[in-house]
Amino acid sequence: MISKEEILQLAGMCKLKLSDEEIEIFGAMFSNVLEQVKGLDMVNTEGIKPLYFLNSANKSLREDVAGDSLDREEVLKNAPEEEYGYFKLKKVMD
Amino acid sequence: MGYKTIVGLEIHVELLTKTKIFCNCVNEFGGDANTHCCPVCLGLPGAIPKLNKGALEFGIKAGLAFNCQISEWVKMDRKHYFYPDLSKGYQVSQDDNPLCRNGYVEIEVEEGLKRIGIQRIHMEEDTGKSIHTEGGDTLVDYNRAGVPLIEIVTAPDINSSEEARMFLENLRNILRYIEVSDCKMEEGSLRCDVNINVVDTETGKKTNITELKNLNSFKAVASAIEYEERRHISLLEKGENTAKETRRWNEVENKTVVMRDKGSADNYRYAVDVDVLPVVIEKEWIDEIRDSLPELPHQKKERFIKEYALPEYDAGVLTQSKELAQFYEETNKYAKDPKQVSNWVMGDVLRRLNDEEMEIEDLKFQPKDLADLLEFINAGKISNNIGKKVLREMFETGEKPEAIIKKKGLIQISDEGELEGIIEKVLDENQQSVIDYKNGKDRALGFIIGQVMKATKGKANPQLVNKMVRERIEKR
Ligand SMILES: [Zn+2]
Repeated sequence: MISKEEILQLAGMCKLKLSDEEIEIFGAMFSNVLEQVKGLDMVNTEGIKPLYFLNSANKSLREDVAGDSLDREEVLKNAPEEEYGYFKLKKVMD
Repeated sequence: MGYKTIVGLEIHVELLTKTKIFCNCVNEFGGDANTHCCPVCLGLPGAIPKLNKGALEFGIKAGLAFNCQISEWVKMDRKHYFYPDLSKGYQVSQDDNPLCRNGYVEIEVEEGLKRIGIQRIHMEEDTGKSIHTEGGDTLVDYNRAGVPLIEIVTAPDINSSEEARMFLENLRNILRYIEVSDCKMEEGSLRCDVNINVVDTETGKKTNITELKNLNSFKAVASAIEYEERRHISLLEKGENTAKETRRWNEVENKTVVMRDKGSADNYRYAVDVDVLPVVIEKEWIDEIRDSLPELPHQKKERFIKEYALPEYDAGVLTQSKELAQFYEETNKYAKDPKQVSNWVMGDVLRRLNDEEMEIEDLKFQPKDLADLLEFINAGKISNNIGKKVLREMFETGEKPEAIIKKKGLIQISDEGELEGIIEKVLDENQQSVIDYKNGKDRALGFIIGQVMKATKGKANPQLVNKMVRERIEKR
């Protein structure tokens, strides 16, 4: 069972605010998923190297040659707001 | 009672590739906002990143220059955090399988050479740039998003601000020699964070590590380390400890201030980026890159000491940059005395460059011109001091030394007949000094010689004047 604190921590990292009701719902859903994934623990993986990629064909490098970028209008199409060619957002400070 | 300072550095270096790390947008400092962007570096859905071979090569090059082992294969990992200048919600970086490991850089300390360990060098992408306006908005430019970086992490082997400065200088010189980065701190192509704590060598008690950010120059790095050293020690002396926190260097007030505490450790949820296919690094490729490495600063320094019989100090200064070393060697091709060339390059040339914040490439004259100037001096045609004047003129106009000497009539007067009249006149006008000298006041001689030099606008051959003035006074 995933705890309420863990759900809140996850939500915090995702910058999400959850209501008490949502915490309940997500808690149940996460617990359910984790329970199912736990099934994998039954497989004995001793001595087996981790496999990250099925496709390990070694032709995946790109030559360092410049190509076209997008037009700025295109780039800014999804910007919530723009100013002087920049994406304009509410102030964020570290 | 003694304390030992323990410092480790994390250095981010932007690579000088033509394109970004995962897309073919140009990698260029500046440029109009958001004009070097595409679906990949903007993190648009469905865009597929492809690793830049040039960036990987530069990473390997740096690893080899810093004596690292190179990983047999490369995978990229996603480092998750939220910040507006991070287009995808994660930064593509390397977690548990960095490109390079276990290297070192040597610095010269009093006891000899000291190795500063390099724990790892990994590849990652740079983020965009945010500007915070006074009006309370944040403006974001993604031109820098996806620019290839290497992050160099040192072992905690650095024990003073001076060692940190030397390490950074050597690191920067090497990176510039191998031409993987221009390492301009003011443009952000080299950025350095510091981890520092202090241990009481008697009790073994340690302070918590402080992370320092916002260090914009090597000087700021050194000052911040010194400030933190004092802060940590004073807390230890009071029986207290530092907080685990990140602090920002405030250049104006010359102190560090808390940025955020590290109480809630960052959770980056690293995960393999399966969009970037893994790459096996062939041993042959590494060998090829190793063979292509140029002579590195310390190797060049050794050669200068042997080949030109230079003192270690001279060789060190002259090999600080590849361009300076090249200027020196080029001048030497035309000049006779390597030590004399060294004196002039390290002295008048470097001083002037530093004063004007110029680089050796900005010089208006050629190495051969400097060699010609020295030849005029060595042949006795102009004095050393006049030579310096000519050099100043060369700095400003780039004119050939011969032309300047002719134009200004600076050829040294070495004709006894011509000097005789001038000397007699000076002696007549300064009879008291003549008497003083005869009475054993050596200083009076200097004064008289000075007057003769003045009368000839510095053009008289100083040795000859010296000799003649003595003779003439004897005869009086
Ligand atoms: Zn792009």
